Amino acid sequence: MLNSSNTPPLLAAHGLAFSRNDEPVFGPLDLQVDAGEALLVQGDNGAGKTTLLRVLAGLLRPGSGTIQIDGRPAGHRERAQFVAYLSHLPGLKPDLDTLENLNFLCGLHGRRARQMPGNALAIVGLAGFENTLVRQLSAGQKRRLALARIWLSPAPLWLLDEPYANLDLDGINLVNRMISAHLRSGGAALVTTHGAYAAPPVRTRLVHLGGAGQAVAGQSPVLPEVRA
Amino acid sequence: MIAPGTEPGLWQTARALAGRDLRLLWRRRGDALQPLLFALLVVVLFALALGRDPPLMAKVAAAVLWLAVLLAGQLSLDSLFRSDAEDGSLEQWLLAPVPLAWLVLVRVLVHWATTALPMIVVAPLLAEMLHLPHDQLPILLASLLLGTPLLSLIGGVVAALTVSIRRSGILVALLALPLFVPVLVFGAGSVAAAARGQDPVGALLLLGAGLVVALVLAPLATAAAIRISLS
Repeated sequence: MLNSSNTPPLLAAHGLAFSRNDEPVFGPLDLQVDAGEALLVQGDNGAGKTTLLRVLAGLLRPGSGTIQIDGRPAGHRERAQFVAYLSHLPGLKPDLDTLENLNFLCGLHGRRARQMPGNALAIVGLAGFENTLVRQLSAGQKRRLALARIWLSPAPLWLLDEPYANLDLDGINLVNRMISAHLRSGGAALVTTHGAYAAPPVRTRLVHLGGAGQAVAGQSPVLPEVRA
Repeated sequence: MIAPGTEPGLWQTARALAGRDLRLLWRRRGDALQPLLFALLVVVLFALALGRDPPLMAKVAAAVLWLAVLLAGQLSLDSLFRSDAEDGSLEQWLLAPVPLAWLVLVRVLVHWATTALPMIVVAPLLAEMLHLPHDQLPILLASLLLGTPLLSLIGGVVAALTVSIRRSGILVALLALPLFVPVLVFGAGSVAAAARGQDPVGALLLLGAGLVVALVLAPLATAAAIRISLS
């Protein structure tokens, strides 16, 4: 809809399905995210939201269907360049302090131009915790640190698995502000949520994964819904 | 659009990962000493069990040292990828702009440098305790220097295969020890050959060849095993 004909969508999937031991987990599913858009993946616990994100992030091989990133078939190269993945697992070392964790992850994935780990800590509300070991942080603070990593990532496509989990109201607000800012600068985000939280005030598409693993959103699994 | 960031290359990622591992090691330096102490204890136990019989000790010294180093390395094998798998670090490795096999290679080499290398450093002391003839010491050190990285690389494949299984300590040992047999045979065998007055170079060259092959193939196999374990 908002995709001008000459720029391919940041992420597009066609007929994407995944089954585990012949039990369908989700799909077949069509979805598309353009730059400047957020895609909200909703569904109850066990509906396959996390599995969908793991398939898109390349951690699981899809049973069928194709994934394209920036118009090219998604491979390791494309994913490394375009995808930042916030998983259920924080990917943080408990025995390193917050700044050391961010520095390592920036060394591994690269860093956005003009963004420093120290600033990112301040943005997510962890200023003053630079030298605190991650094992001493609360679950919500760990979540904020993981968000700081996403914020520093040079990748334009954020795959956020339950980013609101463990966060207080201020934290939920923070996630929404981060997503809005990211989208304004030309990025895109896929956000899974079981629907209890407010979505970011941005242009949002919606995919609903049903309990039986089927996308249930009228006839089409993709509802080009515009909010705010 | 998003301003293009800096995409790290092979050396930058290697430095970041090695730096992280060394920091982690320093934070838990008590744990890091355990394999070394274990090797020391094994050697002491052997020395006590063999009694005051220096000629007998001299005969078995190389074999005992090799076994002590091998078993101590075995102890730390299970931790090679386990914590990185459990806290989600491996998922992030998969999304890095460098091949997973490269990160695996760096991880294994740092692991070797922090577990096996200290044992090689104290090996001359332990060899003295076991009355190893002095002319055999250089051969022993050369065989350890070539053989222990090979053990780490082979062990890495096994550790990656079992990383999704909880409490797999004994399973790692059962899978890895048979694979260690050729390394042990040529490693300890080179010193034994020198003791018999034969040329130990052949066995050392075979160890070296094995190391070169493993340096190339083992990280690829380990990376494939990690991908399977994560899915």
